This record gives sequence, C-alpha cells and structure tokens, in this order.
Amino acid sequence: MIDTVLSGMSSLPSMTLVPSLAQTAFPDAMASSTLNHYLFVSAVMFALGLIGFVTRRNLIIMFLCTELMFQAAGLAMIAFGRYHMNFDGQTFVIFVLTIAAAEAAMALALVVLLFRKRESLDANLWAELKG
Amino acid sequence: MTGITGTILETVLTTAFAVADPAAEAAGHAGAHGGGHGATSGGALMALIPLLPLFGAVLVGVFACFNEKSKLPAYATVGLLAVAFVLTLITYLGWNGHDPIQVRLWDWIGLEWGSGGVGQTLDAGFAFYFDGLSLLWMLFVTGLATLIGLYASEYMEHDAGLGYCRFFGAFNLFVFSMSCLVMGDNLLMLFLGWEGVGLCSYLLIGYYYKKKAAVDAGMKAFVVNRIGDLGLLIGTLLTFTTFGSLEFTELFATIGHGSTASGAPLDATWQVWAIPLLLMMGAFGKSAQLFFYVWLPDAMEGPTPVSALIHAATMVTAGVYLVARMMPLFVADTQLIALSVVTWGGAITAFWAATIAMAQYDIKRIMGYSTISQLGYMFFGLGVLATTGGVFHVFTHAFFKATLFLSCGAVMHGFAGQLDLRKLSGLWKVPGFKIVVIAMLIGCLNLAGFPFTAGYFSKDMILAEAWVTSDSTIWGSSWAGWLMLLTAGLTAYYTFRVFFRVFVGPVEYHPGDDLHDHADDAHGEDHAHDAGQHGDHHADHFHPHAPKWAINLVLVALAGGSVLAAGLYFVGDHHGWAGDMVHASSAHFDPAHIGDHSAAVAGVGDAVAGGESHAGDAHAGDTHAAHGTILGLDPHKYMYYISAIVGFVGIGVAFVLHFAGRTEAATSRADSLARAMEPVHTWAERKWYVDEFYHFIIVTPLKVISHLFHWFDKLVIDGIVELFGGVPKASSESLSPATQTGVLHDYALRMVAGVAVVLVVVAIVLY
Repeated sequence: MIDTVLSGMSSLPSMTLVPSLAQTAFPDAMASSTLNHYLFVSAVMFALGLIGFVTRRNLIIMFLCTELMFQAAGLAMIAFGRYHMNFDGQTFVIFVLTIAAAEAAMALALVVLLFRKRESLDANLWAELKG
Repeated sequence: MTGITGTILETVLTTAFAVADPAAEAAGHAGAHGGGHGATSGGALMALIPLLPLFGAVLVGVFACFNEKSKLPAYATVGLLAVAFVLTLITYLGWNGHDPIQVRLWDWIGLEWGSGGVGQTLDAGFAFYFDGLSLLWMLFVTGLATLIGLYASEYMEHDAGLGYCRFFGAFNLFVFSMSCLVMGDNLLMLFLGWEGVGLCSYLLIGYYYKKKAAVDAGMKAFVVNRIGDLGLLIGTLLTFTTFGSLEFTELFATIGHGSTASGAPLDATWQVWAIPLLLMMGAFGKSAQLFFYVWLPDAMEGPTPVSALIHAATMVTAGVYLVARMMPLFVADTQLIALSVVTWGGAITAFWAATIAMAQYDIKRIMGYSTISQLGYMFFGLGVLATTGGVFHVFTHAFFKATLFLSCGAVMHGFAGQLDLRKLSGLWKVPGFKIVVIAMLIGCLNLAGFPFTAGYFSKDMILAEAWVTSDSTIWGSSWAGWLMLLTAGLTAYYTFRVFFRVFVGPVEYHPGDDLHDHADDAHGEDHAHDAGQHGDHHADHFHPHAPKWAINLVLVALAGGSVLAAGLYFVGDHHGWAGDMVHASSAHFDPAHIGDHSAAVAGVGDAVAGGESHAGDAHAGDTHAAHGTILGLDPHKYMYYISAIVGFVGIGVAFVLHFAGRTEAATSRADSLARAMEPVHTWAERKWYVDEFYHFIIVTPLKVISHLFHWFDKLVIDGIVELFGGVPKASSESLSPATQTGVLHDYALRMVAGVAVVLVVVAIVLY
C-alpha cells in the first residue's frame, strides 16, 4: 500500500487544493471534502476556544477552551499532513493527544486544589502574582 | 516495508566497511613500520620504560583516592622507576652500539591532504627511537629519578598524605614526559614530552601552593617557557614544510642529501638558518639561557628534590638534547649562523649567571644560578662543535649537581628551611652531617673543575674545543673561550665560597622559619645537643635534624656516581664513553663535511679538521696539527693545565676570603671586600636588576595596556550593551503598574492582541 502511495506522489498536482491523489487512494472518504474545509473547521474551533478563554471566568470552562484550541491545531496538522501525503502531521497529533491527556489530568487536579482554597471557580479571585 | 529495511541494512553495512577499511590500512601500516625498522622482541620492554612511570602516576592517584597516609606512594614510585632504570640498562646492554632501534607502539597522528604527495602527508607515530643520545639521556634520567625519588620519600615525609601523593604523582608524570621527550622518534613526540615536562615543572615548583612566592615562581616558569616553546613550535612546523617529515630518520636522510623535500638545494634557502635559530629559541627557553634564564632561579621555590631532578639534572638539559639531536640541521648551514649564536648565547649566559651566583646568600639560589651557568657551558660546547664534550658535561653535571642540590636539601631539611649562608657555619662538626658534608665536597670539587674529577674532564673537553674550532668557523669562538675560562674561575670561587662558609669553619647556626615541620621529632635520638648556637630566640630548643638512611644512602650513591663518572672519560673508542654514545647518534657529524662547506664559503676548511670527533682528546691532537691554538699551545694538550690552574685560583681566593682565619660565621674579609666593591656588589646581589628591568619593559606596559583595555571595555563596550538592555527595562518599569494586574484575562487579552498585531504586520509585509 505504501508503494502505491509513494508511486502516486509524482502525479500530484503541485499547487491545487484538490488532493487528486487522495481521491484515487481513498475514493469514498475524501470525495467531497477539500483542504479548505478542514482548515475552516479548524479556524472556527480555534476562534471559539480563544473567545471562550478570554471571556469566561470559570476555570473548568477556560480549561476546556484551551483543549478546544489544541484540537483545532491538531486538526489543521492532520489536514495538512494528509494533503501533502506526509505522516508527520498525524504522528505529531498522536503525541499531542497523549501529552494533552496527561496535562488534562494535572490541570484538573490543579483546578480542584484551587477550588478547595477559595470555594469558587472564579479565575479573577487569583491575582496575587503581579509584575 | 522490506525495501526500507533493506536500504537501512545496506547503509549500516557500507558504513561499517567504510570504517573498517582505514583501520585495516592503518594496522597494515603500523605493521609495515614496525617490521621495516627492525623492531625486535625487546621492543615491548623499551615501550615499558615510559609506560611504567605513567602507570605510577595513575597508581599514586589511586592512593590519593584512598587517602593513603603511609610512605607507600613513594616506595611504589621508587620501585617502578627502578624497574624502568633496569629496563633502560637492559636496552643499553642489548644494543649493538651503532644502529638506532625504533619501536612504533601505535599510529598517533596521520594526516593526508591534497594529492598526498611530498609535504602533504604527516605521519607521526607514538614511537620511540633509541640511539646513543637517547640512551645516554635515559640512563641518567631513570637512574637519577629513582635515587631522587628515594631521597624525596624522606625529604617530603612531613607532607605524608595527599601532599605526598600530589608530589609523587607529578614526579612520575615528569619521568614519563621526559622519556617521551628523549625517546620520541619524531619532533611531535618530542614536543609532547617537552610540554609535559613543562607542566610537571609548573606543578612541582608551585607545590607549596599556599606560599605566594612558589605560586608566582611556577607561573613565571610556565610563561617564560611559553615564549621559548613558540620558537620550538614554529621551528617544528617549518621543519615539516621544508623537509616534509618530522620523523628523525627521514628528516636526517633528507638533510643528508643537502636538499629540501622539494629538491631545492638547502644552502640557498632561508630555512637552513631560520629553523635552527627557532629550535634554539625553544632550547634556550627550556634550558634557561640568555633572555629566558630568569625563571630558573625562582624555580628553586619548589621542593629540593624537584630542584635536583627537574631544574638541575634532567629537564633543563632538554634544550641541550634538542640541539644535539638536531645537530644535522645545525651543521647543514654552511655559515653555521645558529651555532655561532648558540656559542655566544651559552658563553654570555654562563658568565652572567656566574657573576650573580658570586653575590647571592641563598645556597639553593647559588646552585640555581650555577645550573644556568653550567647549561651555558653545555650550549657553548655544542656551539663550538664539541658535541661530545657538551653531552658528557650534561651527564657529569646531572650527577654532581644533583649531589649538590640534595646536600643543600639535607641542610635545609635539618635546619628548618635555613638556606642563608650567613646563618650557617661549620656543619662538619654538627653530629649526623658528615655524609652530607662529604657529598657536598665531592659535588663542589666537580663543579669547580678540580683536577681528575668528572666535571674537570667534561669541562676541558668543551673549553679546548673553543680554540680548536677556528674563529672563522664559529664567530669569535676563541674569545668566547676566554670568557668561559674566566667563568670557570668564578665558578670555582662561588662554589667554594658556599663550601668554606657553610660546611667547615666554626660551628654556628640559626634555624629557618619552618620550625613547625620539626615539632613532631624534635627530641629524636639522632639530634645534636651541644652545638654552639647563638642568640636566636629559637636557638635554645632547636636541634638540627640529621638526615636518616634514605637521604644518606642517596647522597652516597650520587657522590659515588659523580666520582665514577670521571672514569667514563677513559673508556671507549671515541674519546670516552660519551663520545661512543654521541658517535652512534644523530649528534655525530663528519667534520670534513663541514670543512667542505666552510671551505666553499669562508676558505677555512682545514681549521675545523679537529672538530667534534677529536673533541677533548689530548692524544688525538698529535696527529691533527692543523687546528687552532691557545697562546701558541695545543689546546688538546694544555687545556688540562690551564683549566686546573684557573680552578685552583678560584678555590684559593675563596679559601682566603671565606675560610682562612675565620672564627665566626661572618666573614669580615669578604665583607670588607664587598664593601670596597660597592655598588657592584649590591648590583650583583640584586641580580643586576634584570627582573626589575623585565618588569619595567614587559610587565608594566602590559599592565598599563590591560588596565586601559579594561576601562574601555567597562565604559564603552559595556555601556553600549547596557544601553540596549536599558531601553526595554526602563520602558517596562514605567508601564508595569498599569499592565501587571495579576488578572489572568488581562494577560490573555494582551497576548491575543500582541499576536494579532504581529499577524497583521506579517500580512502587510507579505501582501
């Protein structure tokens, strides 16, 4: 299968946004979607995460927003990787997912600790570190 | 998948082969070298000579790790060095007496560039080269190192523990480096050893690292030697570019053809005189000659065994070795420019140092200046083509100067570091010092050139040659000879000045400052109890600490060696044993060859007919009438009488001034003469202000310049740097109250805004 993919590389149009190779390799799955679709979804997810992070005060919601931005970046990487027929994007995202899982465990533990101190999830209660 | 795996496998295999190929080649190369130069089964034994002390250095380091408090490091050192000496002896006895032995241990530096032709390959093996010269040097280096190591086991006993390990570690490393220097088969090996002995010298001079004078002296020795080493390094590189090799056998073969590696006639090149001069610069640095001598007297701050071994007997003769080893290069120059400089450099240094030695009061410093002076004799000998005499003097000097230093060391050890000859007198009558005094006497007689001592014969061989070699071969050689004869008289005087004042005469002594060393054994059995001390406040309870078996044994052995060395003058086929050794080495050259060249250039071919091969032999002189004369007399016959008379005069003056009729430690007669000679006496005592002069012309300007640069760096360079750092710092400090709120959302918003600004800027720039 890899050989098929590699041999197909040479026929890839250089500047088009339509992955014709992908269509030959996976005719059904990629038939109607282009790179731009994926990037659009990724951008929307990232923007939602960013807005949520800046506007909401609930620590858990803020944390979920960061996760959303993470996944948006991951989606963009997978889409680009697939478009360039390069597996680095997918590989990287698998690492990111692993680390995000570990990081989520720690972040939630921190949130629990912060909550126990102030009996609240309001991020603005924590403003001692100035300068 | 299989495709990729296959590719990886193939790559690994190719790489492995690519690595293996040169390795196989190198192995074959080494084998070819070893076989080609006729390495024998004895090669392994010879290779052990330097490796044993190296192992000793590691072993002593291990002792240090276990915090060994006994004398074990000393005895391990002495044992290993003794084995190294025996191996040297076996090598010498098994040597056929003329062919060099080469042992290549492994490839060390192998380079090839360009097309790999002449001058584009450098092959320096970790290899040894034994001929008469290296064997002679190795015999006394390993022999004296063994004896002096034994002496040090007692001398350094107050430092047993880590200090002891530090001392013997550096001691072993020194012997290893010296062996590499002397046994190396190419100039790079020599350079390795050369720097190694310099390092060990530095470490051991600064052994008493809490004493500022010792640390400064170590630094001075190191820095002064660097200047000389630069000459050696440039000389080595020039040798390579000129002759295309650094290996002695190849080098001498090329020089023997009278052409450079590219085939140009050697006489026409500037390298023919530049390389010897540069090598000489290195030699003068290491051997403390001319402008470089200032480090050696200060080096006496090190422990006395170090002064004896490194700064008298072995390391400082490395320069003589270098010149003798590279003799083919020195005599390749038909005008013998470098040898004339060597002659005069040696002569002036010998005289200069002797004048300083005459007015010093520290007996170890006197010996230090005397070493400089005697090294001057050796260079002078090489310069006037008396290679045998020069090398023989290295050998005899190693013994008698080690004896002198170790006797002084025994005095220092016994009198709590006292070295001032005004505060010591009549040691002959102090119990337990008889052997020290006798050893000292033997050393002094040798140094003064008393008839039938080893020093007398070796000095004669050098002096006679000054007149045998004509003035037109070596520029002004007979004039330099007169200077050396005068120096011989001064040497006899200052030597016996020490002996008559300190070792004989009325008993009087004051201990030095190192009384704490003495505290543990102040009431030992073997101490003197009734000596006539004078009013010093220490004196009431001070008892001289007489040397024990190790020091006495070594003194007896060395004094015996100094006496027996004279016998070497009478054995062998080429004017003494040293002559045989020189004859079977690169230091030997055909005088007729130089004659030819000189005849072509200066028309004095026959004047040097009695050159090196007849050095110092009175009887050979009969058959070669056509050489220079001294006052119309044949120097080979009459130098014995002339130098004996000069020696007697020197000793006689010392006797009158410092011994005859003396009833107290002070010598009124010498003191009044010194007063009459003011201000010359004070100048000489202050070493002609050379240190102050160097300080003024080198150290002070450097200090001034460095201070200027320091301020420039502080104000201008640092000012500019801090300006760039200061702008963001000042702006952030002015903004911080408004921006540093501590609220998470504020920071997040500002970050987003910042990123947005960057993105907008990038977008504007790109589109």
